[in-house]
Amino acid sequence: MAKEEVKAPQELEKDWVLMQGNEAVAKAAIDVGVKFFAGYPITPSTEIAEILAEELPLNDGVYIQMEDEISSMCAVIGASLAGAKSLTATSGPGFSLMQEAIGFAKISETPCVIVNVQRTGPSTGLPTKPGQGDIMQARWGSHGDGPAIVLYPDSVKEAYELTIRAFNLSEKYRTCVILLMDEVLGHMREAVLLPDISKFRVINRLKPTVPPEWYKHYEEDQKYLSPLASYGEGYRFHVTGLAHDAHGFPTNKPAEVKTMVTRLKKKITHNIRDIVQIESFMMEDAKVAIFAVGIVSRAAKSAILKARNEGLKVGLLRPLTIWPFPDEAVQKMLRNVETVIVPELNQGQLIHEIERLTKDKTDSDIVKIQKANGELITPNEIYKSIKEVI
Amino acid sequence: MASIPQKVVHQYLRHNKKFPHVWCAGCSNGIVLGAVIRAIHELQIPKDDVMMVSGIGCTSRMPVYVDFNSLHTLHGRAIAFATGIKMVKPNMKVIVITGDGDATAIGGNHFIHAARRNIDLTVLVLNNHIYGMTGGQYSPTTPEGDFASTTPYGNIDEPFNICQLAMGAGATFVARGTAFHALETQTLIKEAILHKGCSVLEIVSSCPVIYGRLNKKGSPSRMLENMRDNSINIKAAEKLPPEQTEGKIIRGILKKDDKAVEYYDKYTQLVNRIKSKNK
Repeated sequence: MAKEEVKAPQELEKDWVLMQGNEAVAKAAIDVGVKFFAGYPITPSTEIAEILAEELPLNDGVYIQMEDEISSMCAVIGASLAGAKSLTATSGPGFSLMQEAIGFAKISETPCVIVNVQRTGPSTGLPTKPGQGDIMQARWGSHGDGPAIVLYPDSVKEAYELTIRAFNLSEKYRTCVILLMDEVLGHMREAVLLPDISKFRVINRLKPTVPPEWYKHYEEDQKYLSPLASYGEGYRFHVTGLAHDAHGFPTNKPAEVKTMVTRLKKKITHNIRDIVQIESFMMEDAKVAIFAVGIVSRAAKSAILKARNEGLKVGLLRPLTIWPFPDEAVQKMLRNVETVIVPELNQGQLIHEIERLTKDKTDSDIVKIQKANGELITPNEIYKSIKEVI
Repeated sequence: MASIPQKVVHQYLRHNKKFPHVWCAGCSNGIVLGAVIRAIHELQIPKDDVMMVSGIGCTSRMPVYVDFNSLHTLHGRAIAFATGIKMVKPNMKVIVITGDGDATAIGGNHFIHAARRNIDLTVLVLNNHIYGMTGGQYSPTTPEGDFASTTPYGNIDEPFNICQLAMGAGATFVARGTAFHALETQTLIKEAILHKGCSVLEIVSSCPVIYGRLNKKGSPSRMLENMRDNSINIKAAEKLPPEQTEGKIIRGILKKDDKAVEYYDKYTQLVNRIKSKNK
């Protein structure tokens, strides 16, 4: 494995900490102002709950362990509508149970964050082993045709940063944001130097400025953003999972329903440049691109460094926002590439998006490396694949 | 706003929400809605402090009509949403409006756990013994032998006794009323709201259009009269030998424990304890 030694400057050494991905998420949650966590124990996400059970009571927040993941997700939505930044954390089986309420968060446009520390599936699968099988579920898991914002960190430091970003996007666009993590990232400890929270821009939901009688719960501006009142502040609004009008009252009038579904979609597509983040690593002259997310991209980077030492022109594209899929950026960056290698810890999910966006390429130009047995994809496996295609 | 009639209930209805409501003619939900409104009015709770949360079903449509903070959630999950709200806004009066299927079938788990925690929610379960909104399927409270669209040969399931379930799970206020006894029910709603802790009030109600027809229960008014004829107040029941109250609906307050500490209060005590230790 190529060496990526992290050297701490002498004067800062005291600020470096050894931290787990799950710890980083919990720390970010406290730092960004989370005041409510509801969850249910599940490996490999439990540390997030354990830390917040300790920290939230000390930080004017509420920790509650619910009877299951269904109620956890529902309590999170309730708490958010009452005004608190709210979080839950889970893994595959719990994530499946949350899907109905995730749809409710979407249609009711209620900000909240769900952390899914993925394990190998399907079903109970391998609770302590990594898998990237929830990529499509994070997008399409809840029934109906809702919007999705899904972020995917590759390191402990980024788990911290993207947790903050998840809350920012969720508060700004009034929707649930999902943070997908790999089991190994949740449990792995890395030396990290975390910037102080004051270095981050923290976005809080817009509050209404109009008197209650003028307030519409779903009023929008040209960017499809809208203020959000909280329960108990005099606005007495109605929220339902039914299709609704701008006031939040149920409707089945096609025109009003169309306005609602269009808004749900447009608030994402119209703001896609603000939402999407993608890392491009050594892509300038690359003839081979590796497209990977999370922990797999770390292995890919090692393989790339080794290949580059031998003069092979290979780079990495890594979306930090996997949904909405960064179509434009990916298409642009893959234009001059001859081959794309897609390593992933499942039986083929990200590859469908790459195939969709690279219609000019033949099947042999898109190489898959897929593993869903609980093992990681090693740098060497990716390196071998690079050698095979160049 | 001069055109708005100034009866008590009208002061609390949302006039910008287009009526008529979704309930069938003869449904007793309107009677209960009136009782809920009058109870809140008599307690002089400001509208801004009332949070009405419901699940899915006929009964759960209630919050949209009233001028409170209102949340119409997922099937069975009203109590879970309400738990989140209560923990963030403990001063709000959180009232859960739910039905027999919503509360004790799909939402049974949340129902017993809210009771166990003794969180300060007022849970009103309107028990009409059937799934009305989906067209009359049997619920966990449909009496054995009764007919529903999914028990064409009669129901073989043993029904839940909602109040016993709530008491067994630890609710600290448990009561039962009926739609016929509207004034008594109104008083029980007041008691339930005033109680600090998890209050469960079962309100026996009627679905004449589906349950009534399938089981030949007669007209809407006949079904209400049945509640009068087949029920007895707990105070009267206590004076009678058990054989005379068997099969009767027992009305009134069945359990009231004012000593148990409410859940949010317990949480606050915990926070104060650890904060003082850390000083």
